[in-house]
Amino acid sequence: MPIKFPSDEWIKALMQELNKSQAYRDAAKNWEGDFYFIVEPEGSLKEQTIFYMDLWHGECRSASIVKDEKEKNPEFRIWAPLSKWRRVIEKKLDPIQGLVTRQLKLKGNLMKIMKAPKAALELVNCCTLVPTDFPE
Amino acid sequence: MWYFVSPDVVFGEDAISHLDEITGKKALIITDINMVNMGFSEEVKKHLSTAGLECQVFDSVESEPSIATVKKGAEVASSYRPEWIVALGGGSVMDAAKAIWVLYEKPDIQPEEINPFEPLQLRQKARLITIPTTSGTGSDSNWGFVLTDTSESRKLGLGCREVHADIAIVDPKFAAKMPPELTADTGMDALTHAIEGYTSGWKNDFSDGLCLKAIQLIFKYLPRAYRDGTDSEAREKMHNAASIAGLGFGNSMASIAHSTGHSLGALFHIPHGRAVGLFLPYAIEFAADISATNYKEIAHLLELETERLSAAASLARAVKSLAQDINQPLKIKDLGISYDSFKLSLPKLVSYADMDTQTVTAARVPTIDEYEKLFRYAYDGKTVDF
Repeated sequence: MPIKFPSDEWIKALMQELNKSQAYRDAAKNWEGDFYFIVEPEGSLKEQTIFYMDLWHGECRSASIVKDEKEKNPEFRIWAPLSKWRRVIEKKLDPIQGLVTRQLKLKGNLMKIMKAPKAALELVNCCTLVPTDFPE
Repeated sequence: MWYFVSPDVVFGEDAISHLDEITGKKALIITDINMVNMGFSEEVKKHLSTAGLECQVFDSVESEPSIATVKKGAEVASSYRPEWIVALGGGSVMDAAKAIWVLYEKPDIQPEEINPFEPLQLRQKARLITIPTTSGTGSDSNWGFVLTDTSESRKLGLGCREVHADIAIVDPKFAAKMPPELTADTGMDALTHAIEGYTSGWKNDFSDGLCLKAIQLIFKYLPRAYRDGTDSEAREKMHNAASIAGLGFGNSMASIAHSTGHSLGALFHIPHGRAVGLFLPYAIEFAADISATNYKEIAHLLELETERLSAAASLARAVKSLAQDINQPLKIKDLGISYDSFKLSLPKLVSYADMDTQTVTAARVPTIDEYEKLFRYAYDGKTVDF
């Protein structure tokens, strides 16, 4: 049964996939840092959605939707409109290529991200495992 | 969405005379001591002076340039205030000059902070001219560069789309005196760029043709340039091929011959071209299935036998045969690295390769276990069968 995107259920399903993935565990074994993934409104999505993920040494320690951007102060923020996230999740847009072309915007310690490109790739691979229902 | 980035390329015999037409007041030549001793920096100075430019030379770039060296170069640039940075040399010089240029323009950033995600807004103080003196690096015509973090013995692959030359001068005269070993090392570098550029996960319509043309030129002319350095046609074609390959893979990225080669090169101080060239056949075999069509196209271009062998196997064999013709190592063992030393370094070799930016642009991305196996196979020279 596809899970509605963006939703708390979806990010929790992604957390489950990440914690099952040996490839992600290996690729992110040295990673320490939490994220906001911000979905900007577009089309039928009228409000901004903020996903919070706490990623720590190959494990996702927590994942949830955050109502207020000020609620947490993550090390990294990546934001893009819904259509771009959809392309990433469906593996039509390479996340690194998306960042390079600034289709996805990133705030945080870029040096740290550049040292862990494979972790980003494996994270996206896990996204593709979540059956997703995107809004039109 | 993607970009195709290129400098103005001036190529062929006497391309260097294009410098006579440069406008400005001051140029800083970034080079190494060999270029000074060979009289090349003097020749460049002469052309720039014809154009009415005053010059200063920074000749302290070492092989595998360190962060400390580029910071020193940036200090020189800041006090001299040139409008042109002129990189004269091989890959190390090109890479150092790019970093020096960025730090001159943006003194507040650290070299390792240069990244492809944020605009730098260069060209406020100076522009960049590259004059390659080896036929391999491709750094003269693309926006990537590699610096060495000496504290960690680790190579940092850096880049930003703005960090490309405004003008690349590809004059074969500067490569004519390369000794055979350097011709071979750098030629294998160019071949690796071309093949990986054509088969990476980021390959694209704009870079494909460049990579194919470079592959064709290198197979034809590298053995000739290696055997007879005075073969001016071979020298010119190889010089063009290296820049064409640089332009090709610079816009489509490379793959795991680069990630493994960077890792081996950093830990055992193996010249870049020799290291990536050694891994090229293994990288081809590893991606044999996923890139089968691309390898078929290359094999067709090179008229390789593909009836009894797969195109990937046939291409890997052709690369090995070319490497053998020009006395390049075919396995890590050939580099004189003992098994004990290799085994001791294996965890680091794997980890550095895995973290390399070129890993994620590979058509088939190795897992940690697969990387370890790849290194072991490359140590013994075994055909990749997994």
